[in-house]
Amino acid sequence: RINSDGKPAKFQPPPKPVIIDKQKQREERRFLSPEFIPPRGRTDPLKFYIERKDMIQRRKVFNIPEFYVGHVLAVTTADPYANEKANRFVGICIQRGGKGLGATFVLRNVIEDQGVEICYELYSPRIQAIEVLKLEKRLDDNLMYLRDALPEYSTFDMNMKPVSRLDHEEIPVNKLQVRMKPKPWSKRWERPKYNIKGIKFELPEKKMKEAQKWSQPWLEFDMLREYDTSKIEEKIWKEVSEELQK
Amino acid sequence: SITGACRAIQKLTRVRVVDNSALGNTPYHRPPKCIHVYNKTGVGKVGDTILLAIKGEKKKALIVGHRMPGPTMTPRFDSNNVVLIEDNGNPIGTRIKTPIPYILRRREGEFSKVLAIARNFV
Repeated sequence: RINSDGKPAKFQPPPKPVIIDKQKQREERRFLSPEFIPPRGRTDPLKFYIERKDMIQRRKVFNIPEFYVGHVLAVTTADPYANEKANRFVGICIQRGGKGLGATFVLRNVIEDQGVEICYELYSPRIQAIEVLKLEKRLDDNLMYLRDALPEYSTFDMNMKPVSRLDHEEIPVNKLQVRMKPKPWSKRWERPKYNIKGIKFELPEKKMKEAQKWSQPWLEFDMLREYDTSKIEEKIWKEVSEELQK
Repeated sequence: SITGACRAIQKLTRVRVVDNSALGNTPYHRPPKCIHVYNKTGVGKVGDTILLAIKGEKKKALIVGHRMPGPTMTPRFDSNNVVLIEDNGNPIGTRIKTPIPYILRRREGEFSKVLAIARNFV
């Protein structure tokens, strides 16, 4: 290369490439499905160990994706009474319950102005495919209040196409405040026992203050109710990830 | 005040008629109520026949969905749905828009005509 002066320019080495190791970043985030964590109690840990072995066996054969409450899933089940023997249902996951092999999740959708909820068992051999269509965490762990919300918040198109995921890292949290139908509701969601952050309460201030009468501020300091799962989770995570990689 | 919607269907539950029959859709000052359940227990689940009191008349009906959670993998509806039926099992309406559970297909012999009108299945 020749400068404007006519003399050859000093050799400048090319800039070093910045390597972003995506595999390392992926490993940093661990997700352990909540049904692996054993509930607090006096049962023999052998029972949970055997159950975990069965769960891992099933996961090797059939892929259960990572999902939280608030995701939109499409589940195809084998049904002897359906056309083509397979039944596809799309819905938003309202709650995940149960531990071990009996773990369930409830999907809700509104079809033709009729709200439908189906409770599926994660490890049931009847399930043929679970696809995550929309990845979105919500502000709460339990979206049961969608039953008393306006139906537009629970409608999802049956032929919805899966929304592509941008990063392999964070799951976006949707801070949507849901508007409700007029009272009466199936449960009094304004009470602090449910601790719901995802509703836009349009109730008068007096009612909100009255609801705070039922608050139990001593609950969070109750030591007998503490259940620290961090160590158990780590052990189980190691066990599960080793088995799955075999 | 009015009691909340009953979960499974028994005597005196208010029901929602789901087909497009004239009897089910014309407005009346009293909602259609169940008077009798044709069952050993008085509780009606999906696929049971009940006797309905609509517009001052007695009509038989078939339960297609209720608010009570049933066995896993079966749908649970947000309202107690019912299809009006004659004594011999022929449905009165001509179309059913709301989704119907696939479990009704197990008794295809009795409900073939109702299943033929239904459009959506869940």
